[in-house]
Amino acid sequence: MSVAIEVRDVSKRFRLYREKMTSLKERVIHFGRVPYEDFYALRDIDIEVAEGETLGLLGHNGSGKSTLLKCIAGILLPTSGEIRVRGRVAAMLELGAGFHPELSGRDNIYLNASLMGMSKKEVDRRFDDIVDFSELGPFIENQVKFYSSGMYTRLGFAVAVNMDPDVLLVDEVLAVGDENFQRKCLDKVKSFQQEGRTIVFVSHSADLVRSVCDRAYVLDHGKVVGGGPTAEAISILRDYQLMGSGLNHDPNLVVPHGEGQPEIHLDGEKPALITNLSIQYPDPSRGYVNPNETVALILSYESPTPQELLVGIEISDLRGETIFAAKSDDIDMGSYTLYGKGEMIISLGPLPLLDGVYSLAASFFQAVGGARVDWRPIEQGLKVVNPSRSTGMVAIPVSIVMESD
Amino acid sequence: MLSHPEEEKALEAAVQGRRMTSAQLTVVKPKSSLLQRVSNTWKYRDLLFGLIGKEISVKYKNSVLGMVWSMLNPAMYILIYFLVFQKVMKNGIPNFAIFLPTGLLVWNLFQNSISSATGTIVDNSGLVKKVSFPREILALASVGAAFVFFLFQAIVLVLFMAIFRALPAFGYLWLVPVAMVVLLIVTAALAVFLSAVNVYLRDTKHLVEVGLVAWFWATPVVYPFMLLAGPLAKLGLSWAYLLNPITLPVITFQRALYAKVSPISTNLPHPVLHILPSSGPMWYLYHLAITGGVAILLFLGALYVFGRLEGNFVEEL
Repeated sequence: MSVAIEVRDVSKRFRLYREKMTSLKERVIHFGRVPYEDFYALRDIDIEVAEGETLGLLGHNGSGKSTLLKCIAGILLPTSGEIRVRGRVAAMLELGAGFHPELSGRDNIYLNASLMGMSKKEVDRRFDDIVDFSELGPFIENQVKFYSSGMYTRLGFAVAVNMDPDVLLVDEVLAVGDENFQRKCLDKVKSFQQEGRTIVFVSHSADLVRSVCDRAYVLDHGKVVGGGPTAEAISILRDYQLMGSGLNHDPNLVVPHGEGQPEIHLDGEKPALITNLSIQYPDPSRGYVNPNETVALILSYESPTPQELLVGIEISDLRGETIFAAKSDDIDMGSYTLYGKGEMIISLGPLPLLDGVYSLAASFFQAVGGARVDWRPIEQGLKVVNPSRSTGMVAIPVSIVMESD
Repeated sequence: MLSHPEEEKALEAAVQGRRMTSAQLTVVKPKSSLLQRVSNTWKYRDLLFGLIGKEISVKYKNSVLGMVWSMLNPAMYILIYFLVFQKVMKNGIPNFAIFLPTGLLVWNLFQNSISSATGTIVDNSGLVKKVSFPREILALASVGAAFVFFLFQAIVLVLFMAIFRALPAFGYLWLVPVAMVVLLIVTAALAVFLSAVNVYLRDTKHLVEVGLVAWFWATPVVYPFMLLAGPLAKLGLSWAYLLNPITLPVITFQRALYAKVSPISTNLPHPVLHILPSSGPMWYLYHLAITGGVAILLFLGALYVFGRLEGNFVEEL
């Protein structure tokens, strides 16, 4: 299959002026030299998109994904490198960009379509389709300034998708509008896929990318840091989120279970310590689990004096919301008497989690009184990679049985 | 991905069966050649007409008189200039009510184009940031809209000519469209250039406003061409006056429509007024051709500069 979009060595440099000097006086004062710093929004990007493929561009805010999309659309020109796009391109960066409030819906359709490079004849042919899709009916003759924001968005989308593009560039726009409209947009995107059109999709919503894209690239600080089948790319994105957000270092992200209770030290008795907590994935080479697989936690402890303790386990998501927490007596495992150094192996699973990075921590509590003695999270989060297209947080097995007369 | 072989086949057929909507290849790179710019702009000509239409329908939307305003404005100017120069200062130009609108019409086209084109990229920043199209079209649309207003204002002139029963010089009428084309190219060149520069130096817009006032008085609209060209010719500098690219279209219009070269003054002490060069149509054509040639070079130069500056528009807006 041939290549629809080819991005070669593309870099985009922005000049960040310390002060914006757009008046002649200021330029003259500085003899035309305006202090600036170079900032690379994109650096040496090489990407290929095959015809008929749906590609996702993932990355956190400021990673350069939108800049790359704008370059592909030709709105921004790269500082170096080249982008080749085969076929007609429709870019949906903002729905209804270029609508003039004083003009009627009808006039705006013509204007907007010609902005995208459509000739008047083509618009004549598709005019009814556009109006149908926008569901505006007779309002099409009204001035756009009287439209609700929903009508505005619908009309913008209707024009963009009805220009019959070979390559569709979408930037977060599906996030607007009501649910009905979003579903309609997604349906349209899916039908575009079936018709073999090429789509590039920018989003920071991994779920959206998963449900739509075949393949994805992950951008970070203007560079492509990984790419591949969507599930794989999403797991790379999670890694970067983990590094960026500092899961185990940022106290705001992980709220330990029962925080606020002081760790107590009884009568000079030294508390038991969790000296290490590590995770063992079912396939050590993989470094992640699929939904409903089991992991083992290896807990090393040190207890200078014999103590009767409960073992606590908690799983929370990146925002620190607890997903699961239990002490060993809650789950009828009773208490353990620990003395000296040793290891415990805690088997967790099958984990009914969908993809994401979760924080996992173990604690010791006193069997009598229940006070927390020690708490320790695993170094890297627990990574779950979901190879299917289902979204959400919990993996629930679904089966469908057809019964008909 | 699990899928049935039949499904896969159907999908493949659908993919291969799809005809590309267009075989065009878009290349986005830091710089594109002048030829590519011109051809790309040509491809978007429907947009040009769309934008001109927009400009015109938006300008007088919600106003009762609508397009009549575009005629009332020059009519007022003509009335005031007529009173000041003809009645108060007694410049003695016969049929001043024809002479003045002829030049003013040409000048207005130029002035309206330039003053609206200079700010057009900045004013349409929402569009420039979100949609990809040849941006010089915005400047060209300003010129186009001014041209449409020019046509409306021409009605005023025709009206005046009918009222005063002034006949045009039929032997020179064919020069009018030539002068028009030259004027449009000069105007477009300056419009494209200034629209791009204004993105970087917002002072440009104010500078242009001031500059246009000076330029207006350097152009023989209110006073006759020969008033300045005569003394200049004695110094051997008559060519300098023609450096102003608006001069030639103006005097061509005057020659064809006002049609009086050296009339008798209506103000007695000066019996014969020299208003326009007494040369034949070929003199006009020759000079128009030179101005036109320079205008084309200017236009290409403006497109080139625009292309160089365009790369950073989005960041500057």
